Amino acid sequence: MTLALVFLIFGLLGAVMVSMNALLGPKKTNPVKEQPFECGSPPLQKGIPGFVIKFPLVVFLFVLFDIEVAFLFPWALIFREMKGPAFLILLAYAAVLAAGFVYAWRKGAFRWD
Amino acid sequence: MSETLVLLIKIVVVLAWFLVLALLLTWVERKQSAVMQDRIGANRARIFGLRMFGLFQPFADAIKMIFKEDFVPPFADKVLHTLAPFVSFFFVAVAVTTIPFGPTVRIGGTAIDLQVYDGSAGLLFLLAMLSLGVYGILLSGWSSRNRWGLIGGMRGAAQLISYEVGLGLSLVGLIMVYPSLRLSEIVAHQGALFLGFLPRWGVFLQPLGFLVFFITAIAETKRVPFDLPEGESEIIGFYAEYGGLKWGLFMLTDFMEIIVVAALATTLFFGGWQMPWLGPDGLNWPWGGHWKMASWVVVCLQIVSFQVKVAFFCWLQILIRWTYPRIRYDQLMDLGWKLLVPLGLLNILGTGLIMSLK
Amino acid sequence: MTADVIFCVLAVVSVGAAAAMIVSKNQGHNALFLVLCFSALGGIFGLLGAPFAAAVQILVYAGAIMVLFIFVVMMVDPRAGIPPERRRRAKLLGVGMGVVLLFELGVAAWGWLGKTASPVPPAGGPAGTPIAVGRLLFSEYVYPFEITSVLILAALVGAVVLGKKEESEP
Repeated sequence: MTLALVFLIFGLLGAVMVSMNALLGPKKTNPVKEQPFECGSPPLQKGIPGFVIKFPLVVFLFVLFDIEVAFLFPWALIFREMKGPAFLILLAYAAVLAAGFVYAWRKGAFRWD
Repeated sequence: MSETLVLLIKIVVVLAWFLVLALLLTWVERKQSAVMQDRIGANRARIFGLRMFGLFQPFADAIKMIFKEDFVPPFADKVLHTLAPFVSFFFVAVAVTTIPFGPTVRIGGTAIDLQVYDGSAGLLFLLAMLSLGVYGILLSGWSSRNRWGLIGGMRGAAQLISYEVGLGLSLVGLIMVYPSLRLSEIVAHQGALFLGFLPRWGVFLQPLGFLVFFITAIAETKRVPFDLPEGESEIIGFYAEYGGLKWGLFMLTDFMEIIVVAALATTLFFGGWQMPWLGPDGLNWPWGGHWKMASWVVVCLQIVSFQVKVAFFCWLQILIRWTYPRIRYDQLMDLGWKLLVPLGLLNILGTGLIMSLK
Repeated sequence: MTADVIFCVLAVVSVGAAAAMIVSKNQGHNALFLVLCFSALGGIFGLLGAPFAAAVQILVYAGAIMVLFIFVVMMVDPRAGIPPERRRRAKLLGVGMGVVLLFELGVAAWGWLGKTASPVPPAGGPAGTPIAVGRLLFSEYVYPFEITSVLILAALVGAVVLGKKEESEP
């Protein structure tokens, strides 16, 4: 209930702020204004060329490690109750993942040149 | 019904606190940088000849931005272009509702928590909201159909998600020490003392965790030294095609993130609203002395203590922003993946080892 | 009462977003509708008294997996379509996957309908809190938990191999 009210109020505020310019601002345009911003010089080519970047691999790794972190939170919560066994459980879990991390590192997944 | 009313008042107060503090931070940033560079800084804005060191400047800026033109480039994706600043603002703003501002107060027989939302997975909820903030950057970069915007958006998203792993890992050690995801309980755990005089604050129990947390959290605010998505001197970044209040919302989000990071650092690692040695009935000095205080004085002191800590961390972040130069892209990713993630894992293993041996 | 209203809103949003995702032609919009759908599902989990599942649903699905989708969409030139021969293959694959999914759903629905009055824990009970999930995960389900690490490892190796292969080609 609390969160629903929070989302409602914050959402309304955000919507008002986003639409304020449309309601209160002037409306004047010209062809130069409608060009894509290119640090002042006229654009040399239209559109955006497809370019290859190595970000997707990073995002992949992020997804996997994010899942791991999500599992670690409940583990941390009950660590006080279990102590030793919990530590061994994590050790086995982390060892496998550390192997993966080292593999990705050695294969150059974290090289950005 | 009165419960809903109390909730409504709390939300409005938190919102007002948040927005006014964010506006004031823009002034603090300008003045701080001016002091550091031996300039005067913003000091012209005045009302009826009253200058107040330029303290009205943020309000003048806000009024100016409100009356700007709503310009959406004809080649952009109209809906997403408008949605992006909203998303960016919304999720950071929602995240602040989990922060406890003070202890539970009794007014006329009803107990009121000085906190809007206290869920049993509060910390995870906060992290989830912060992780959704990445869409603001991705959408603004992608919907603008501008190459600088796209590069900025991609860089920004890659940076945010890289540091999110470190951020999550650094908090796991903390949860092991204070076994709860409820932020109010984490703060309550930090009220006790250890070694007889030190408060059980997170920073003393998890120094490495705090270091990793603070660096990753600063990187999440994407300001200098980590401002590659923006790079105001080269690619302008993901908001290259924005103007007026929509651009203002991105700027406001930056300052709101500073406040969220400061509030989170305070809540998790510096005792939240707890003041060292201050119990519910007064100050208990560690060398054995007792100052008796009325309960309302204690509550006021605790609320002030929270505000002072938050103000300090906001100021510290601005100081860092104006001290360090921007780091290179490969250095940024190296720092995130090759140093902070292993350090975070090491922190968890070390904490686990010490706690299971004890 | 309030909970019912919120549930209705969230249900409509999630189903509507899923439908819009299927109908919409723009890949970026598709992915964003899916984000909306996942977020609304997270809200429903929270409403059912499972805050941990709700937070993880948003953190992992909406905040991580969909970011990957949008990244891929961003890198594809929005005007370049799929070549026709690959489109036919995609269609065939889609129909095949759809049949498999329908079969799975049918089996699941059959098994569920066969049972009488499955025990649903009361909303707001301690069953869905993070600590309860932790206790269950690290006592009864500790082996599946350990096996997920191997699963993640396999995915990681696959991602690195695929990512590096793409890079070595000019």
